[in-house]
Amino acid sequence: MGFAANFPGTDGLLEQLENSSKPEDFQEVSVALRDHYAIAHLVYHWVSADGEQFGCGTYDPVWVQRYVEKGYLRIDPVIQGCYQRFHPVDWKRLDWSSKAARAFQKDAIGHGVGNQGYSIPIRGPNGQFALFSLSHNCNDETWQLFTESNRRELILISHAFNQKALELEPGRKPEPAQPLSPREVEAMTLLAVGYSRAQVAETLSISEHTLRVYIESARFKLGAMNTTHAVARALSRGLIVV
Amino acid sequence: MIRYIYADQLQNFPLLRDTMFRDRADQFRTRLGWEVSVDADGFERDEYDDMNPLYVIWEKADGTHGGSMRLLPTVGRCMVNEHFLSLTGGVRIESPIIWECTRFCLARNTDPGAAAALMLAGGEVMKGFGVEHYVGVFDARMVRIYKRIGASPEVLGSQGDGRERISVGLWEFSAQAQARVAASAGITPEQSRGWFETAFGTDAPRMTVAA
Repeated sequence: MGFAANFPGTDGLLEQLENSSKPEDFQEVSVALRDHYAIAHLVYHWVSADGEQFGCGTYDPVWVQRYVEKGYLRIDPVIQGCYQRFHPVDWKRLDWSSKAARAFQKDAIGHGVGNQGYSIPIRGPNGQFALFSLSHNCNDETWQLFTESNRRELILISHAFNQKALELEPGRKPEPAQPLSPREVEAMTLLAVGYSRAQVAETLSISEHTLRVYIESARFKLGAMNTTHAVARALSRGLIVV
Repeated sequence: MIRYIYADQLQNFPLLRDTMFRDRADQFRTRLGWEVSVDADGFERDEYDDMNPLYVIWEKADGTHGGSMRLLPTVGRCMVNEHFLSLTGGVRIESPIIWECTRFCLARNTDPGAAAALMLAGGEVMKGFGVEHYVGVFDARMVRIYKRIGASPEVLGSQGDGRERISVGLWEFSAQAQARVAASAGITPEQSRGWFETAFGTDAPRMTVAA
């Protein structure tokens, strides 16, 4: 299998995502991510509270059209099992026992979706819901190894996708210019000037555990993959000045 | 046994649901004296119960509630970010790998080991779903209970004194902590894993492998 063992290049893909200015850019990022992981497919599907939908991904357009025509949304165990949920799911763990679900599965595999899948449901603000799914053709052991070793990054990427999608949502009010709280700005600034975590914690009179949570929250808000990346983003966005 | 139930599935467990919300009223209003709202049915519910949280529940042999906690993602609306910012240095704790755990509750005369079983279940959720921390709100009187079951939180911030002291805390769950809690609960890792799989599906493939 050609699964990426670690993450060279993921930061670059996220930069591509960060620089997206229109929904079509998401398509390119999806393809690039799919290729990066060397899997069959990667799909991002978004439903707003008022039922507005948006999707991008690497499925064969014939399959996408068939899915809509057949009304598979009502049958698909992935949708049924993930809607209103917030835990990631290996498709094997879903309920495929009904006749309709099994027929759907056969059709999906026939259209190249793959026999394995993993979906990360995302509960966004104001009733927004999104699903980030990956699928592939391989045996159970190989798929488990892939999802377990990449789960953390996949969760972070799926949320970065969703944050960007929310940002591009038509009619959305611009984000407040300062998404980080003063404490997060202080922590990121000290990291940017080369303080160790222990030094930052001591300077801010907080425990290192507390600091970790502040940094993790800042990382998420900045759509970054790790602390170094988050500091770089905070600097480039002018949120911190050193 | 431990049950993992999203709010929209509670209707399938009416006895468990009703006794849980009544036990919460008993704990939070009667015993702890928190200013929580209790409805005509005697249920303690708040706005976060309407956001389809995931409940982790200890079900007693007679099918009633023995203890529970409520999980929500911090990337959506949650209690810590909407009511306790003053205890987190003004930081909105938001991350897909940090979930909020609130309304930790134990029924009167619950089974010994119920609290530890809940903590163990919290560990299953972390392991199964890639959650790395829980953040939660707790009362001074809970500190002793958490300590007894070997799952003391790291305090991020507190306000008030003595019995009135309320804190926001952070839980990690190391393998060592897991082992301590399992011993305290008298539950084997297999049993704990089994309850998790009952709720969320097993590793045994249900999907036909076609490739």
